[in-house]
Amino acid sequence: MGFVMDTLYLLKRHTLATVRIPIWVFMSLVSPLIWLVLYGQLFRRIVELPGFGSGSYIQFLTPGVVVMLALFSAAWGGMGTLQDLTDGVMDRMLVTPVSRAALIASRVLHTALTVAVQAAIILVVGLVMGARVPGGILGAVSVLGVSALLAAGISAVSNGLALITRREETLIAIVNFFATPLVFLSSAFIATALMPGWIRAIARANPVNWAVQGARNAMEGADWGAVASYGLLLTAFTIVCVLFATQAFRLYRRAM
Amino acid sequence: MDAIVAEHLSKTYPKGVRAVEDVSFRVAPGEIFGLLGPNGAGKSTTVRMLATLTKPDGGTGSVAGHDIRRDPAGVRRALGYVAQASGVDKHATGRENLTLQAQLHRVPRSEIRQRVDRVLEWVGLTDAADRMVQTYSGGMKRRLDIALGLVHEPEVLFLDEPTTGLDPETRAALWEDLLRLKHERRLAVLLTTHYLDEADRLCDRLAIVDRGRVVAEGTPAELKAAIRGDRVTLEVEQRPAEAAAVLAPLDGVLDVVPNGREVVARVLHGATAIPQLVTVLERAGITVQSVALHRPSLDDVYLFHTGHRMISDTLAPELVGQGEERR
Repeated sequence: MGFVMDTLYLLKRHTLATVRIPIWVFMSLVSPLIWLVLYGQLFRRIVELPGFGSGSYIQFLTPGVVVMLALFSAAWGGMGTLQDLTDGVMDRMLVTPVSRAALIASRVLHTALTVAVQAAIILVVGLVMGARVPGGILGAVSVLGVSALLAAGISAVSNGLALITRREETLIAIVNFFATPLVFLSSAFIATALMPGWIRAIARANPVNWAVQGARNAMEGADWGAVASYGLLLTAFTIVCVLFATQAFRLYRRAM
Repeated sequence: MDAIVAEHLSKTYPKGVRAVEDVSFRVAPGEIFGLLGPNGAGKSTTVRMLATLTKPDGGTGSVAGHDIRRDPAGVRRALGYVAQASGVDKHATGRENLTLQAQLHRVPRSEIRQRVDRVLEWVGLTDAADRMVQTYSGGMKRRLDIALGLVHEPEVLFLDEPTTGLDPETRAALWEDLLRLKHERRLAVLLTTHYLDEADRLCDRLAIVDRGRVVAEGTPAELKAAIRGDRVTLEVEQRPAEAAAVLAPLDGVLDVVPNGREVVARVLHGATAIPQLVTVLERAGITVQSVALHRPSLDDVYLFHTGHRMISDTLAPELVGQGEERR
């Protein structure tokens, strides 16, 4: 009871802050939009490669960029926590009876919701550029759902790292080091069939790839079984990440 | 029952820094108790241990009867904590900050609005309540901090360096607020400060903390009375060292230190000693230009107990190390 209410109270706080300074929401949209527009044009004819298995590159690319956005946006999820640590807001809250889990859960939920909105914007731009959603409303909603799930997990990791490192520079370095390679080690830009073997092997264990595959299948509306299994994998991933964040929170409390 | 109890609290940080060593004190309901000491003396660590933010290595304590080790949740319910670093959310309004704080403190939903209004009124932020905290002045932010510590009507309030970084006028206003608070509610307040005048003005009792240890405890008056003698500062035209040598052997003079163009003497009875000191100097051919008499201040108390001045100020730095042979 305390957990649910505290999470909602804190979620309201985070959401108000985001709505008031929406610049961050748009900042993380900039680079995915550039990728969608330029990459989509530049590599238009890549689909003609034998074995690519798709008729339109923008159709293929849109779910990839949606997931890329989810990753990039959620990776910064820990910045808010860092801000709270610096401002003394975290200490102030820790001296209240607030549910400790709610402090993490509200951040993770907030990232997931923000990413769902951002993903919808990318999806619309993709549609304007010629992508289609044969999967219909359910397909579109599933694309957003899969993105939000990945975002929840990544945000939990980012928050955990923020609590362990307690330094903005370290978090920035880690995010910059890992985020882009994770996208390239997935089928966001190119069909799995055309990947070198070693990348294909890594991609199979890459949650970002799970999200790309899930989102693409949902958009096409062709293989709902695949959507469900990737969704399950992502759920498991998110649970592990949240456990990591909880543990990081415990470490933080002990280090103080 | 004591509202705040610290019993042999100790804390050593990972890199071997002994922040707090065996600190004990008790604070009664309705009392303002001060921890006075320079930065790094271990005041904040002591407060953080009692606020359940930092785990002590040794010793224990209680807040409003709740043991900090066995019942941290009980401590948090009873406690208002105003940290040294401000804890306000800049991207929210004052009212939103307070409402969330009340919610997290499990204030009944029907009472939240009323309590928030009341505490806003009390700290004088009613007009600014719906403005973003970002636009607040330093003093307003500090008042909001204090409001955040009071909105759930706690039995015990911790104020960690409440006036550090504020301009003198804002400080004075905040002191008035804190004294008003003490009169209106039977709160127990634990206050840390490195301002001597603040401790003198606000605290019913205080402990002087130096390098993680309590070196003296009592009311400001008791602490000052425990040091014998008054301080007489004589400004001489020339040869202060010689003047000091002339004064030192006199009866009733406890010690003498030359300091620039002045001679600072600690004497048993200032008022009766002054004519004698001046006469002796004149006889030795040293002209006295001015004389000042000081009752012992908390700064002297601090110096007496620690052997060093708290803040490197202009007064007799040579007195450092002269803190023996008293009592």
